[in-house]
Amino acid sequence: MVECLTDKKVLTKGNYAIANAAVLAGCQCYFGYPITPQSEIGEFLSGKMQELKRGYVSAESELASINMVMGAASTGVKAMTSSSSCAVSLMQEGLSYACADELPFVLVSVMRGGPGLGNIYPSQGDYIQATRGGGNGDYKLIVLAPSTVQECVDLTYKAFYLSQKYRNPTVLLADGLLGQMMEPVEFYDYPYPEIDNSSWALSGTKDHKARIIRSYGPLADDRCRFLEKLFQKYKTIEENETEWEEINTEDADIILVSFGSTSRNVKTAMKKLREKGIKAGFFRPITLYPFPSKRLAELSKTAKKFVTVEVNMGQMVDDVRLAVNGACPVELINKGVGIPPSAEEIVSRIEVL
Amino acid sequence: MATQVFSLPKTLKGDVKYSFCPGCDHGVAVRLVAEVLDELGIIDNTILSAAIGCSVTTYDFINVDALEAPHGRAVAEAVGIKRARPDKIVFTYQGDGDFASIGLAEGIHAALRGEKITAICINNTTYGMTGGQLGPTTLVGQVTTTSPTGRNLEYYGYPIKLAEHIALCDGTAFSARVSLDSVPNIKKAKQAIKKAFEVQMKGLGFGFVEILSTCPTNWKMSPDKAHARVRDEMMPVFKPGIYKDVTAE
Repeated sequence: MVECLTDKKVLTKGNYAIANAAVLAGCQCYFGYPITPQSEIGEFLSGKMQELKRGYVSAESELASINMVMGAASTGVKAMTSSSSCAVSLMQEGLSYACADELPFVLVSVMRGGPGLGNIYPSQGDYIQATRGGGNGDYKLIVLAPSTVQECVDLTYKAFYLSQKYRNPTVLLADGLLGQMMEPVEFYDYPYPEIDNSSWALSGTKDHKARIIRSYGPLADDRCRFLEKLFQKYKTIEENETEWEEINTEDADIILVSFGSTSRNVKTAMKKLREKGIKAGFFRPITLYPFPSKRLAELSKTAKKFVTVEVNMGQMVDDVRLAVNGACPVELINKGVGIPPSAEEIVSRIEVL
Repeated sequence: MATQVFSLPKTLKGDVKYSFCPGCDHGVAVRLVAEVLDELGIIDNTILSAAIGCSVTTYDFINVDALEAPHGRAVAEAVGIKRARPDKIVFTYQGDGDFASIGLAEGIHAALRGEKITAICINNTTYGMTGGQLGPTTLVGQVTTTSPTGRNLEYYGYPIKLAEHIALCDGTAFSARVSLDSVPNIKKAKQAIKKAFEVQMKGLGFGFVEILSTCPTNWKMSPDKAHARVRDEMMPVFKPGIYKDVTAE
């Protein structure tokens, strides 16, 4: 376990890194329910939040924890919950309401195997759950996908910032591998400006008329206007916040697309392919929503083929295909669940594509 | 010189149309809550966690900040609000479908944790907004749209007695069941609601009031007959009383 130190390199697990970063980001309330492989987040925060006299509840269910986080968020404070796969399923109703209510908070989703109870191996099987959602109606979650323990810190900070900036729930989509593995990591002070929530947050009516944060919209025309406004916000997010990493893509014949922990071996595979004289490039979406579709579309003008590498049965590949829009073939290299394929395995599978 | 002895509570908005059905006790219950907030002087420091069902429109009528929770989750959202802003007075206003059925876990656990919030639950023995289906408080024998020959034990089992259950939780500071069937009982109801807020203000724990209420529309009764039903059929099963009060000697 690590302490909330800044400017000091420590060796720690992804889960502790996320929890520690949340504390440093100024998270005032955490609500959670245990589930492997993310339980260390709640364990760490149970002690730390009490020590700092911040809000903490060991909730009775994920239904309760997502709604507690919504309650806290409605008062304008930074709030967070964390969970995994089958239990994030239980939060989908809350996420739909939270988008409709425009409540800012962070959900850390540390993916495990599915569907159903699945298992506790690493997985990327909740790409669709995170980017499309299982809740009702038209809404989007901002989704950030770290690939290293350091990025677990960086993107936790960013998740708090984006959620506050756009008043929208933001998902940090990690996986069991990132949550459980240890890497050197550096903490630092929260680097983003604080957002003033006083114009909408609930605080009692001393200085404003009674505010209602609601998703109920009985009139069709009103609801249409609300949805147009909501999706204008999503358009702004798409224009301003799309983030990705790309290496050797300009002259690449084949571009490997991968996110999260899996992308690390894919980056190595790209280098090995280059050593073999194959013009391979590497592309890693960091924001899964907004997805870097525009850049992929540009690259499809010069690339001959895209290959997505995922630990699921093929989820992000759909978004790559939508982005490429038939300009060139998009293949999938995957395994259903578990430790990501090695660089060597990826290379050998690409050679037979 | 004339003295004004009766007026609209400051907590109630005067410029809105009330949407509860004629004869429904929601109107009385909301007014009592408003009078209590007035008298305790906490209107501008209070936040409502609103529920789903007929109770949802409460936020249209009262002058407090409000967050609308998904069905059953009003207590969880109230907990989140209170943990974020312990200086605020936080309450839920829910129906029995919301609190006693889909939201029972949240209510029980908030009571066990001694959350310093107040929960008001309307018990009208049915799901009102969806058209009068059988709920967790429907009386044995009661005909509803989903118990067409009456609630029988073989298919439906028994109704829940909320005030007693909540009183069993060690973190509960106050739990009472009240009725709005008569003026004396309305006065007692107001005292109970006030107490449920006072224990929160004193930081003593969870405050809970179950309010027996009419649903003339779904019961298909006149308001008078509906109140007679509260007296004759509900009160013998759901006995009014204070089931826990940590401030009592």
